[in-house]
Amino acid sequence: MDIWNIIEYAAWGLSAIFGLYIIFDWIKVDSTYSDEELMSSREGELEAMTEDHTL
Amino acid sequence: MSETDITSKTMDGMGPGGTKIGLARVLGPAHVWGLGVGIVLVGEYMGWNFSVGKGGAYAALLACWFAGILYSCVAMIDSEVTSTVAAAGGQYTQAKHIVGPLMAFNVGLYLVFAYTMLEAANAITFGFLIDTVAGMTGHEGLDERPFIILAIMFLAWLNYRGVLATLTFSLIITAFAFVAIIVLFLSTTVFLGESPLRHTELMTDLPYGWLGVLAAMHFGLWYYLGIEGTCQAAEEVRSPARSLPFGTLAGIMTLLIAASLTWYVCVGLMPWEYLGQAGVPLFDAARMTGSMGLMVLLGIGTMFATLASANGCINDASRAWFAMGRDHYLPDWFGAVHPRFQTPYRAIIFLVPIALIFALGAPLDQVITFSILSGLLEYTFMPLNVILFRRKWPLNTIKRGYEHPFHPIPAIVLLTLCGITFFAVFLGYGSQLVAMLSFYIVVSLWFHFWRYRFVRRAAQFTMPWPRPQGY
Repeated sequence: MDIWNIIEYAAWGLSAIFGLYIIFDWIKVDSTYSDEELMSSREGELEAMTEDHTL
Repeated sequence: MSETDITSKTMDGMGPGGTKIGLARVLGPAHVWGLGVGIVLVGEYMGWNFSVGKGGAYAALLACWFAGILYSCVAMIDSEVTSTVAAAGGQYTQAKHIVGPLMAFNVGLYLVFAYTMLEAANAITFGFLIDTVAGMTGHEGLDERPFIILAIMFLAWLNYRGVLATLTFSLIITAFAFVAIIVLFLSTTVFLGESPLRHTELMTDLPYGWLGVLAAMHFGLWYYLGIEGTCQAAEEVRSPARSLPFGTLAGIMTLLIAASLTWYVCVGLMPWEYLGQAGVPLFDAARMTGSMGLMVLLGIGTMFATLASANGCINDASRAWFAMGRDHYLPDWFGAVHPRFQTPYRAIIFLVPIALIFALGAPLDQVITFSILSGLLEYTFMPLNVILFRRKWPLNTIKRGYEHPFHPIPAIVLLTLCGITFFAVFLGYGSQLVAMLSFYIVVSLWFHFWRYRFVRRAAQFTMPWPRPQGY
């Protein structure tokens, strides 16, 4: 087994770690917060506050 | 409006009533530049040179100029509209406000397809680059799959964790890749003593005549494809009216310089027959100079450009998907924002397996072609969009962060060049073009007859603008 075989295994391992991190965090967030809260973002809110769009 | 407390620690302070979770407004103009140039610069490192194969070195230069005009129009038009419609989704949100729901749905899909396909293509290229490095060290038969998957998973993780770190990463590696091109140009013209460039010996007439120039337009798009991606940062920049035009226009200027230097160095070092089919032309150019330092620099530059492009694509595709979910154009489940990282995490997660399927299961040229076609459909929408925008809300009726000059000339030029490019694409990839258009027609019917009933029609128009003229 040369260095490139080891790097291949390391790439598989790191991919799994990143994937598992995302999945665990996703499950944690979805079970901690309500959908209403997670989906409370609204478009154009900064503009509604700071811009009246009149000259 | 006056009741909103923008210093609140518990509310994001964005909405009239305040909302609890929204995308983070943390980006500056440099991040916008890094996002736009980062998506594109890989096209200088590979891809543009197929235009040389289609019509010779001069055809590639003409394609570079024509595509440069096309994308300058795109950048100017986008800068004006998106500095005014500053929300996630970019061109999708523009279409929703200016044209209508069906156009918006289509534009949203163009965006997601263009960026997800490009992300997959970048991941495939990353695997190929690692394989090339392994081959140079004497290792044969490397399995590219773990590197393709790692590129997608790492960048998805980075995007999941927060936009500031994601686009700062893009900014740094993009700047490195751009500087590498400048260093290669300066080294071959000034620093290496006797210049290795042999333009007088290598340049030929147009080998396939003017038809070759037309065919070269397809790959000429590669010099700039993706600069319009800056619009997707609209909801996350601190000052949209300033940062978006500044970042986008600085980006197109950077790309015009990078494209010109790339063409000049590569055609001066390699005959067009070889250059037209090279996998990594800038890296090959560095090898032709015989300098180990330049080889390493351009090798790293190639890899960084690939990663920056995939990174920006994940960012942009997820914002478009998120915005469509938030508006109920897609299931509203996708419109969620991570409470801690303030990213559209469900949209990011959803697009990961799609990118993996295309990266591991589809041929590179097909993936790239579908990305270009979706991009081209999006560019065709832009001139119509800006003409309607100026007609409905003329200058001096609403505030604009930037007003593009000579309207409607850029829109007409863009529409004309899109028509020419459609014909050029049809010459080489007619069946894919028809398949793509058929797909969009079918999903449009689905949206019109089924999905639109779930859209909250009254809530779609969010900009506090006056009533459009004529309504």
